Amino acid sequence: MAKLRGRGMSSMNYPIGMNLGGDPSQALVHSNPSGKFTVALSSIDLGQGMKSVTRQICAETLGVPVEDVYVDTADSDTGPHCMGSFASRGTHRVGNAVIAAAQEARGVMMEAAAEELEVNVADLETDGRGNIHVKGAPHRSISTKDVAIAAQFKQGRTISGRGIFLVPLSAVDPETGEMSPATCYAHACLVAEVEVDDETGEVAMIKMDSAYELGRALNPRMVEQQLVGGAWMGISHALYETPEPYYPDISHGPRDFTEYLMPGPGDICPHDIAVLERPAPDAPFGGKGPGEMCANPVLPAVANAIFNAVGVRIDDLPITPEKVLRAIRAQGGARPQARR
Amino acid sequence: MFELRKDIFADERDDNLKEIGKGTQRQDMLGHVTATSTYFNDHKLQGMLHLKVLRSPHSHARLRRIDVAAAEKMPGVRRVIRGADVPRNLNTLLSLINFGIDDEPTLAVDKVRYKGEPIVAVVADSHREAFEALAAIRVDYEPLPSVFDVEEALKPGAPVVNETYPKNSFTFHDKYDHQKLRFGDVERGFAESDHVLEQRYQMSPIEHAPTETNGSIAAPDTNGRYVVYTSTQALFFSLDTCAKILDVPSNKLHFIGGTVGGGFGGKVDTMTEPLAILGAMLTGRPVRYVFGREEEMQFGSPRGAERIYVKDGVRRDGRIMARQVRSYFDSGAYTRLSSYAVIKCVAHIPGPYTIPNVHADVFCSYTNRTPSTAMRGFGVTALDFALECQMDKLAHLVGMDPMEFRILNAYRDGDMKAHRRIAKNTALIECVQVAAEKAKWKIGEEFRRASSRKDGGGERAEIPLTPRDAVAAARPAAQQRTSYDRAAFAPPEPTPPPPPPPAPSPAPAASSHGATRFSSVFGRRR
Amino acid sequence: MAKTALQFRHNDHDVAVFVEGGDNLLVALRDGVGDHSPKFGCGQGGCGACTVLIDGEAHLACITLAETVAGRSVQTADGLKTGPALHPLQTAFMEHFAAQCGYCTPGMLMASKALLYRNPSPSRQDVVEAIGGNICRCTGYEPIINAILSVATGGGAARA
Repeated sequence: MAKLRGRGMSSMNYPIGMNLGGDPSQALVHSNPSGKFTVALSSIDLGQGMKSVTRQICAETLGVPVEDVYVDTADSDTGPHCMGSFASRGTHRVGNAVIAAAQEARGVMMEAAAEELEVNVADLETDGRGNIHVKGAPHRSISTKDVAIAAQFKQGRTISGRGIFLVPLSAVDPETGEMSPATCYAHACLVAEVEVDDETGEVAMIKMDSAYELGRALNPRMVEQQLVGGAWMGISHALYETPEPYYPDISHGPRDFTEYLMPGPGDICPHDIAVLERPAPDAPFGGKGPGEMCANPVLPAVANAIFNAVGVRIDDLPITPEKVLRAIRAQGGARPQARR
Repeated sequence: MFELRKDIFADERDDNLKEIGKGTQRQDMLGHVTATSTYFNDHKLQGMLHLKVLRSPHSHARLRRIDVAAAEKMPGVRRVIRGADVPRNLNTLLSLINFGIDDEPTLAVDKVRYKGEPIVAVVADSHREAFEALAAIRVDYEPLPSVFDVEEALKPGAPVVNETYPKNSFTFHDKYDHQKLRFGDVERGFAESDHVLEQRYQMSPIEHAPTETNGSIAAPDTNGRYVVYTSTQALFFSLDTCAKILDVPSNKLHFIGGTVGGGFGGKVDTMTEPLAILGAMLTGRPVRYVFGREEEMQFGSPRGAERIYVKDGVRRDGRIMARQVRSYFDSGAYTRLSSYAVIKCVAHIPGPYTIPNVHADVFCSYTNRTPSTAMRGFGVTALDFALECQMDKLAHLVGMDPMEFRILNAYRDGDMKAHRRIAKNTALIECVQVAAEKAKWKIGEEFRRASSRKDGGGERAEIPLTPRDAVAAARPAAQQRTSYDRAAFAPPEPTPPPPPPPAPSPAPAASSHGATRFSSVFGRRR
Repeated sequence: MAKTALQFRHNDHDVAVFVEGGDNLLVALRDGVGDHSPKFGCGQGGCGACTVLIDGEAHLACITLAETVAGRSVQTADGLKTGPALHPLQTAFMEHFAAQCGYCTPGMLMASKALLYRNPSPSRQDVVEAIGGNICRCTGYEPIINAILSVATGGGAARA
């Protein structure tokens, strides 16, 4: 008749992108007459922040402030092809396409600036605040706005760029499974602490500590959004969700949110997160995508924590109170394991 | 709490960046808090009609007769759409990149294969009138036996779910009912181990449950085209799928996505656009097709269930010598993306660990349930659940701390992975170390000093001798069971693989006659 | 089916729309008034995406008969701004990055507005209960709770 606490952990990696059909994405970048840039994509933002991260990537590559860039997306007439937003491919594939397009646009911009300032293009740099100046002589400067005006009305240059990124096609060997599934991987380790009620089988989340390696946190606040939200979904998968509670029997499938259970705001727990950054050589500024990685570690960490708390192994998801209680009874009572 | 551990791998990074690395406010945040972010359904079009579909109440049935006469006469009904109205009524999603055979109708014609399969679409002036017309449709069903279990479905004599795959299994490389992974010799690895642990894991389907359901609005456009506002996660994927199903040139369709109200993989399958566009074509008016919540929950594709058997051999010093996985993806009644889930799963085995002998057979089974699709962690989530529960059990068996057990077996830069590529840019060890530190979980000194950048490669970079498959596989050893068994399962017989080919398989040819390969988007279509 | 005229106060304006018997307030607002801020999430009263205020109280528009708001005041997320200025809750949600896909956000804002109107200094538990009927699939709730608490503890009641 007790509430027993336990801790469990899991560690894993996650492939970034797919090797399906080259997994391509394209981007277009162009400047308006006053040196403000638009990134045209067809990629979809489903809340993961596609527009925002590509905006930052473009600004960094161009060497202009992020306020001078906007991303327009999700229109098949104006946005070039993108495979879509899934498989944690967005940051990597679309990001790389944006870099390629922005590099081309930057090249034209710098050539135009060199012509205006009458210097060699190799002698110029951007200051990230909307100006282009001679290295070591910042007073010899021109604004990106003036460059754009000169390029478009006098020099006859288009400050624009195109980019595509894809991975080499990879076949799968029928006999050995040899293949090139992904070019880089994110990593994670998560510790979950739970409290199991040995009378009801209910499992409450107490705390999570985690470390994720993501290449580079391109926008740390958005990374935090993914990791916090994803861990919540991991709890939901581990303890609550199923449209087939008697799988493989299809009966009693939930039809609404009173029957399809997910943890509510009162069921969450504190989560301390550390992000490590080991840039992937072929990723935009090294950044891998956390979008799917973030839910997975919770499921086994919770299952392992339940074992630590009461000594039962539930190998069947979701881990419902019924399953926990049956297991505890089958073994003749809770058997807490050594405290970790 | 959220922190960036800049100290780790600092020598591999140049952090001298201006915009990257900043917590810049999102471009869409203002729109979200002012409720001005546009979702597909935030369009009010003049004269918009509403489309709903009649769904099969049976898991498996022949359609003897479909009588829509009464429905067509109901008030507000503008058009009733049948399978025969769909220009190309058979499709599979990955046909766009030449992976798979068309197996799924947009509207069922002679047979339904899952409860909820669409049979007839009604386009009416209002939601209510569409529903009332659906109720007036008479369908004569001849129920057929169903199969719901992934392993039962593969047994001889099981009801055939999907005639395109008469053995209820996707065919890989035109020859096998599973995808293989072979690396080293697991039997020898088991023989060299002190403990062998075989376990069964099960993950049921999961519903994406985005707060916004699937839907689209299609309307005739001013220039003879059709504009489609859609919740899709993959704009061109959906556009090209619709162009194929409706047999129109792709540039006749103008797809506009908005912000998507949550996707998680559940908005890749192009479920509403084909019928919405067809409705617009046949009525000349805008047509909206939105899933209700019950539809989304039961008939919108879920994450596929997976059953995973893992058999590991471990030495008493904690080194895992062999890992054998047999796994079944529950594709439901149609393929959609499940064939690729198998490939992702195989690529992920045995996890981020260097194990000298690895063997896997992964199946894509067809059952009479809602077809499944991708979801966050596609092909990997359930496998990682199984593998990491297994790792915990192994650590327990050899009496080792679970964190230290991970570090001991972790892959490092330079190690050969089971899919025969060298590991690089690894960081599992550092993640374990940092998590342990955060959680105040003590680990030994040597484990705190381990590094992904040390002790890899060398012998660990070699591809071990890998025997060819024998003709008949041995029966698996008796399995340890968890203490809670919902049903008694007899140890399943694995499907004996066909005899091996006489010569090593040739390198995939440029335009292959039939071997499954991931050709480009513009490659030859089957 | 016969339509009847429905007049009510919508944010700052008097509006009139035609509804059929049985139409819910969500349909009346989205398709009638043209206010797309309350969202369709389930139509079953289960997700809170359609949360609006009726005479200052939080209600689920999808299970409220449109006719029942005749002569009453209905507020939606569309009316939170004062001129160009954001409501403190909107600012707080931005600062706390409390939205990803944004679909639950209008409902969350209205539920928290109703909370702060009746209880300007809620505890964390009060906040959790107030948004307990609003499903978010993206954020994991923590940033939303923090955003609401920051307005509460920032001093001053947020007026309805």
